[in-house]
Amino acid sequence: MEISKVVEKMQPSGIRAFFDLVLGMKDVISLGVGEPDFVTPWQIREAGIYSLEQGFTSYTSNKGLYKLRLGLHRYLKNKFGLDYCPDEEILITVGVSEGIDLVLRALINPGDKVLVPVPSYVSYGPVTELAGGVPVYIDTSKDGFKVTPELIKKYIDKKVKAIVLNYPTNPTGISYRRQELEAINKILLKHKILCISDEVYGDLTYDFGHTAFPSLPGAKKNTVYFNGFSKSFAMTGWRVGYVCGPKEIIAAMTKIHQYTIMCVPITSQMAAAEALASGKRSVEQMKREYDRRRQLMTTELNSLGLKCFRPQGAFYIFPSIKCTGLSSMDFSRKLLEEEKVAVVPGTAFGACCEGYIRISYASSLENLKEALSRIRRFLEKIR
Amino acid sequence: MDEILEILEKDGRASVEDIAKMIRKKPDEVKKLIRKYEKEGAILKYKAVINKDLIKDNESEVRALIEVNIVPQKDLGFDKIAERIYSFPEVTSCYLISGTYDLLVVVEGKNLHTVSNFVAEKLSCMEHVRGTATHFLLKKYKEDGVILKHKSDENKRIAISY
Repeated sequence: MEISKVVEKMQPSGIRAFFDLVLGMKDVISLGVGEPDFVTPWQIREAGIYSLEQGFTSYTSNKGLYKLRLGLHRYLKNKFGLDYCPDEEILITVGVSEGIDLVLRALINPGDKVLVPVPSYVSYGPVTELAGGVPVYIDTSKDGFKVTPELIKKYIDKKVKAIVLNYPTNPTGISYRRQELEAINKILLKHKILCISDEVYGDLTYDFGHTAFPSLPGAKKNTVYFNGFSKSFAMTGWRVGYVCGPKEIIAAMTKIHQYTIMCVPITSQMAAAEALASGKRSVEQMKREYDRRRQLMTTELNSLGLKCFRPQGAFYIFPSIKCTGLSSMDFSRKLLEEEKVAVVPGTAFGACCEGYIRISYASSLENLKEALSRIRRFLEKIR
Repeated sequence: MDEILEILEKDGRASVEDIAKMIRKKPDEVKKLIRKYEKEGAILKYKAVINKDLIKDNESEVRALIEVNIVPQKDLGFDKIAERIYSFPEVTSCYLISGTYDLLVVVEGKNLHTVSNFVAEKLSCMEHVRGTATHFLLKKYKEDGVILKHKSDENKRIAISY
């Protein structure tokens, strides 16, 4: 059977093969994992179990449980001073991933362009193509992996409809301060480019406070804000995210959501509501733990000669491996085969990231230290 | 609480070098601070948390939680009598608490006999002690924040993901 042309050309095959290699190997220390190493805090799991015991096993409203949307309304108001109406401006989705798919399908007409600063999380480009749009990748590798108004300006034309921002950024751990975001916001408003802001790592920002994009002056009506429970509350497997934005966009997204997903599983929504109510302390504890590992990893990798800047958020660090003379893929493959340490080649996140690898420090201190000593041994061997 | 203490409370064996890297301080500075804490008594000692159920040398110990009612002394309150009680080596913990009794005393001994002898011969007959209620501990589930169950090494996450 012939596969659709758009789907045929998706997904770089080299990376897939590398992933399969990792999955097929035993006793690997993996620094290649894009999710927390913590288990969901018990009070949240308990709430999920209790909801099952109470017989909450039905569909919910398409938009999601009202209780959860109301909780989010309050949470965003307290945290960022953002006022999203729980009835019309908030939609609960199956993780941020579903939300990104929805927003692109809801907005794009054939040929519309979407700006995607790279390196970036892997789904934005392919999902844009699936929606009939054209992803335009903005190479940030020469600007310290940060997108700037000047860079954006170079890519603006009449076909550009939106930009996808993700900060703190997967895979670099880069984040932005308020002034930097204000400058970006100005140019987006001026050229009427919608901001699709994926802030799923927002709670894991270390050196300064996180600024939600829609909280910038005039940005709320021009921004669709994405967040979820996966990273900060260690709830990846529950699959709960949410979208907040202008009501006509949320309404359009809800139309697609009701036909494709119907609603997010009720157990997960119940647990998420509990996370908002009582999870703050747990998030703070996990964040402190990540922060310590971040400091340790940055210092150690730099001392090994794998140059990296100190990331400001998420749980990733993005060292350069150029000193080894190997390509990202060769480095990752050899490190895996010879020392059984898994990392993700930078090229998985954009061709401009040749010479970099992504290391995730969402792993125990013990694992990180063992991995570091294996990397040291590996570097000594190949030098 | 200071971050150094927070780290050491979780892992008493964390090295000065690692702590220094984790909190971005110089090792010397960390060493100095730890010494200060030790001197002040903020850090009292370092010890391992042992799951005695897994040690098969037949020298198992019994533990009892004893509620003690006390007549407080003029000027001294409970402190003097508490000191007389907690000075016994059998007593592993001793707390003054609110509620229907005054001291909660944790006692450890080789067997039921040693513990009940201690209660009958030492504790109950002590001056100012009005009464005791002894609860023998049957099973430990969690102690000092540690769940006493052998954790499986099973890795629940998939080894690589975006």
